[in-house]
Amino acid sequence: MTQATASGVAALPLYERMLFIRRFLEKVDVLYRQGHVHGPAHLGLGQEAIAVGAASVLHPDDYSIGTYRGHAHALARGAPAEAVLAELLGREGGICAGKGGSMHITSVEHGYYGSYAIVGAHLPIAVGLAWASRIQKSGQVTICFFGDGAVNIGAFHEAVNLAALWSLPIVFVCENNQYMEYSPISSMIPVDRPAASRASAYGLEPLVVDGNDVSAVAEMVGTAVDTARDGGGPALIEADTYRLKGHSAADGGAYRPAEEVERWRPLEPLLRQRAALLEAGTDEQDLIRVETRIAISVSGMADRVLAAPKLDPSTVWTDVWADGGSAWRT
Amino acid sequence: MADVRPTRASTGAELTFRNAVLAALAQEMELDDRVVLLGEDITSGGVFKTTTGLLDRFGPDRVWDTPISEQAIVGAAMGAAMAGLRPVAEIMFSDFYAVCWDQVVNEIAKTRYMTGGQVTLPLVLRGANGFGSLGFGSQHGQSVENWAMCVPGLKIVSPATPVEMVGLLAAAIRDEDPVLVFEHKALYGLKQAVQTDEHKALYGAEQELPEGEQFIPLGEARVVHEGSDITLVGLSITVGLCERAAAVLAEDGISAEVIDLRTLVPLDAQAVLGSVSKTGRLVVVEENPGQLGWGAAIAAIAAEEAFSDLVAPVTRVSGGNVPWPVARELEAEVDVSPERVVSAVQRLMKH
Repeated sequence: MTQATASGVAALPLYERMLFIRRFLEKVDVLYRQGHVHGPAHLGLGQEAIAVGAASVLHPDDYSIGTYRGHAHALARGAPAEAVLAELLGREGGICAGKGGSMHITSVEHGYYGSYAIVGAHLPIAVGLAWASRIQKSGQVTICFFGDGAVNIGAFHEAVNLAALWSLPIVFVCENNQYMEYSPISSMIPVDRPAASRASAYGLEPLVVDGNDVSAVAEMVGTAVDTARDGGGPALIEADTYRLKGHSAADGGAYRPAEEVERWRPLEPLLRQRAALLEAGTDEQDLIRVETRIAISVSGMADRVLAAPKLDPSTVWTDVWADGGSAWRT
Repeated sequence: MADVRPTRASTGAELTFRNAVLAALAQEMELDDRVVLLGEDITSGGVFKTTTGLLDRFGPDRVWDTPISEQAIVGAAMGAAMAGLRPVAEIMFSDFYAVCWDQVVNEIAKTRYMTGGQVTLPLVLRGANGFGSLGFGSQHGQSVENWAMCVPGLKIVSPATPVEMVGLLAAAIRDEDPVLVFEHKALYGLKQAVQTDEHKALYGAEQELPEGEQFIPLGEARVVHEGSDITLVGLSITVGLCERAAAVLAEDGISAEVIDLRTLVPLDAQAVLGSVSKTGRLVVVEENPGQLGWGAAIAAIAAEEAFSDLVAPVTRVSGGNVPWPVARELEAEVDVSPERVVSAVQRLMKH
């Protein structure tokens, strides 16, 4: 693992964005345990550097797309946190009107084209976004985030193959958090690495980055995005990371060896970015001010959302068809 | 507007079902440059020759050959639709929907809804469907419109004639929602006169090819011909079966009204109910196995909403409940036919 550096990209804003997401996800975890979240919640605690580092190199009109562990990816593109939380808590103002919930957070307005809960299913969809950009000659790039478990499903291979074949402007980013749900990914692949070891099958470079180093993520993804934007075709990047918690908020992650959890603990991205900022000369008082402001902001937001009205049941009948309704027969 | 009818049959007076697909694609690609095609072997016309010549006419940015990767084909269509294109993806045989069904039912059908309407998905999935006793067997010969009918969020079109195909496929491409268009492979060779008095009587001069744009709104069933004793409801190939049955029944003095549903979603249930209120009898004719076919939905609607009009039990004529066989004698045993429709009607007329 390389140490996070404060050089290159604007380090403090990245820290702020990661910290906000961290506090947001921790709050969701608490609200889940209090029974306020209806349905499952898959938290990306510990994986914030990938979402934030990758988003930092995108243009506002670029596309990104992710998985049911997608809160960080939406927030990293600028999705309004209060609307995301309202979605999780089933309140008015939810970003998906209460119809998507935790696993389907989407903010098209911010270029985040959805969180998909069938493992691997969104890779072909991401290819379609990039295919359109090529046809439209729009210069847009797509980033597709997926977990290590997705490399064993057919859609992954169909999608990467087609993207490479058509030389599409897309960057696939595998968030390798070492576990396919409750099973070590190493026990589920016959090769060393879930994504990088497959890259050569599609004529792509086997790229691996320290996914807990936000600057390293920004640098590697940035290079790939630039190449894709310039017509150089896709990239497949594997970003190593580790969940601070279980697969979902309901999972304690007890299947993970204690020494493994301990080994990864000091490598988590927030600690490292904070240390890097201090080392680079940032005044700790400035960091504390940022940290206090974010804590207050998340707490106040949760209070407001909990106080917001619940949904009007009649809205369940909207949004099926483009005309806004759901009628299927005369 | 440039020529939109490069695809008429060589006789000049007849349109084939296969060329009708081509005519609709060409018409819509001419009208809207957001319409793009992808699928296996389509630049060379495809297995059923429904895209012949489109690459030369519209260029490689509009017509894309893909690997045999149905998940990638359908997923790419969805992504491109979200990004503002109007993709038309060919699934060579509708049996292959089984290998990309996740993309169809979990992604395409639901993403508009589960994002609270943040995206629209104006895309068409189209390809060869149906049995028709052609020897395609279990994995290339299924009629699967009913698979899609279980899933809210998908529109379902299954045309019965060449002229219908042009207008309905055009409407599907212009629709803002995802539409599955099923093209019965036994109809691809079907020819339809397009400039005869018979055609004018059936379809009206305004829908006569080759003049003008073709467009038939989705969700409006068609009364193929009127009758007073019994209502026969068909879709795709079974519309023709119903017409032939009606001709036989007429010789026995039985007046059958034949309705072509055209689309299963949106479903023109009122057209069926209105006809049943007149005839009091209903036979639904579907090609797929009957154990859970779309005909069951039609029958249930009639039973619930037209009970007082009915003078006889609602009856379904459907394919046999086995995986499809290949040998001709076995095919004939399970396939729907005019004879089976006639005998069903004759039973009902005793009520």
